[in-house]
Amino acid sequence: MNWEILGIWLGALVTFCLYSFLYRDNPFYKFAEHLFVGMSAGYWVIYNIENVLIPNWWQKMFPAEGGFSWIWVIPGIFALFMIARIVPKIASFSRLSLGMIIGAGAGLNMVSFFQTNALAQVKGTIFSLASDSVWSVFSSLVLVIGVVSGLVYFFFSKAHTGVVGKTANVGITILMVAFGASFGYTIMARLSLLIGRCQFLLEDWLPTIPRLLGFGG
Amino acid sequence: MAGIIEKLGNTDRRIIFVLIALSVIIPISFNLILPNPVGAEPSRDLFDYVDALPEGSNVLVSFDYDPSTMPELQPMAEAVVLHLFKKNVNIVGMALWPQGASLGQDAMSGMADSLGKVQFEDWVNLGYKTGGGVMIVRLGSSVSAVFPTDKDNVPWAEIPMLRNITGLESFSLIISLSAGDPGIIQWVMMAGDRFGVPIGCGCTAVSAPTLYTYLQTGQMVGMLGGLKGAADYETLVGIKGGQAIRGMAPQSVAHIVIMLFIIIGNVAYFSQRKKGGAK
Amino acid sequence: MRLIIPLAITFTAGMIMILNFFIPHQPFRLLGDNLQEWFMIVASGAIFLGAMNLMHVHSRKIKLKLKNWKYSPVTIIGFLLMLVTGLIYGVTEHRPFDYLFMNVVAPMGATMFSLLAFFVASAAFRAFRASNWRATLLLTSAFLVMLGQVPIGAMIWDKIPLAKVWLMSIPNTAGQRAVMIGAAMGVVSTSLRIIFGIERSYLGGTD
Repeated sequence: MNWEILGIWLGALVTFCLYSFLYRDNPFYKFAEHLFVGMSAGYWVIYNIENVLIPNWWQKMFPAEGGFSWIWVIPGIFALFMIARIVPKIASFSRLSLGMIIGAGAGLNMVSFFQTNALAQVKGTIFSLASDSVWSVFSSLVLVIGVVSGLVYFFFSKAHTGVVGKTANVGITILMVAFGASFGYTIMARLSLLIGRCQFLLEDWLPTIPRLLGFGG
Repeated sequence: MAGIIEKLGNTDRRIIFVLIALSVIIPISFNLILPNPVGAEPSRDLFDYVDALPEGSNVLVSFDYDPSTMPELQPMAEAVVLHLFKKNVNIVGMALWPQGASLGQDAMSGMADSLGKVQFEDWVNLGYKTGGGVMIVRLGSSVSAVFPTDKDNVPWAEIPMLRNITGLESFSLIISLSAGDPGIIQWVMMAGDRFGVPIGCGCTAVSAPTLYTYLQTGQMVGMLGGLKGAADYETLVGIKGGQAIRGMAPQSVAHIVIMLFIIIGNVAYFSQRKKGGAK
Repeated sequence: MRLIIPLAITFTAGMIMILNFFIPHQPFRLLGDNLQEWFMIVASGAIFLGAMNLMHVHSRKIKLKLKNWKYSPVTIIGFLLMLVTGLIYGVTEHRPFDYLFMNVVAPMGATMFSLLAFFVASAAFRAFRASNWRATLLLTSAFLVMLGQVPIGAMIWDKIPLAKVWLMSIPNTAGQRAVMIGAAMGVVSTSLRIIFGIERSYLGGTD
């Protein structure tokens, strides 16, 4: 059996099953959809066992050189607490694990977002002011005015009237340009995914048909 | 005329589906390839940065995506890996998304085989870890603490190319091929801003507009945005007829078709509004 | 008591991460390093929880013969297939687990999301209206990007890609940055509320 061709045909089969949804919802689509969910979940579990639990927990708890490192029992218990959520009687234990995950995430995000997405951005805006050509001065001004007016638009503690209102209006205009750019890029992204699948069907799968029928490479 | 416009405005969505499919299928079937000039794009910045890396440098490539964005990010992964191999740079691969570990392996092993690069000497795939940003912070102080083994459980000590790697500062560059969260934002925050490692990025077109902010501040050295970014990199590296370059023709035609749809939709809308039929 | 202990853990974990950032020396470094490594293990628990919940939902669907229950065995069999091949053969390249991923899971994932191309086109046709000057500006910006991103744009007029680069680098960056700074402030305030136990919704209920 040619495993490569079988693989291509399996890929094509599930691709057609999923595309059948474009006509309407049907059993082929539902079959592929359910298969996708199940296999993806299986993949995630295996990678968690093979790439996380074995090297980062089990082998640290029972090192190759022998012995037992008890400290690694603690995260193991917390992980079990997380799974406890599925059993209603002991579901509240999962709060301990959630507390740890959410707390660590919140602590990290607080400082990181402030540093990267606030301070560095303010600094970048201030130091964007260029003076090497008329065009770059104009661009710098658009950037600075755009950021400031955009922030004013998001400032809801003061009514958007008078100068604040006019500045907020400039902010909306800049945001519209940014959202337009995002929309253009989104269309591009979705089409790229379709192009990828069509390339697979036309360039990988279609040439296997003459091969299977006995003519062509 | 008004009747035709009104009919066009009420076109069944399945007709739109067929036209979109044809706009992609026809250019691929005729193997249409359009020239892809690379201007002053962020993709050129990333290429120039990689091109200036000294031989023997260590570069961390994080495959932070899954099959849902594979058509955009896999050609990028292959082009970036090819460029790094050509520059004789050591590649340490890893993934913040579990499925990225397999896709990264596919990109690296495929290129390594064709260029005669040796696993564990020129490249290694450390695999996937949970934890996103929190895990990256730990990588900052010790990569081996997070990755005691590679993807296939080969111990760290048995991989010669990892001998000189301690924390993230051992890397001359980190490239995240990112489809979302966790991904490039975490790399910029934790590895770039916290540990001072230069960051490059390949991302989906959806996330590219947001990431332009990191380019202007210098938090990223360059960026490949969507299939266009992948095609740019393929062009710059010198891949003839690469997957992304071939994708640019159907992409062009499909963009024109969608723009026509929007124009027709607007003409129908204004025509109806003129008649008082639309609010 | 059922809330105090989780809130205390949240506070401790949050403070360790903050102190580890500002004072990367002992003992905060050791505490931070351990917490970060433990985090990975506990986060794995969440993935197991998700998988077990999926199996629970589909077993229940089959048992009670709920709507579309006939497809639930497909999910369970797909899950078990990956689980068994993964446990027997591992995740090494070109082995059965990897083969199933590359030839079945990857095509399905890619196709599932490529369906959006059709729906985004249909939605753009029906809903993208230049109904006022701001909407027209949005439309113009989108058109410029769509042309500037593909070779045909440069074929129509060689300045289109340049205009796109400027649009992305200046007005787009300004707009995105305003959103980014605003959102960062939101993250900072929400994180503080979580660490200090004011925001508790993630614990599910207030008993």
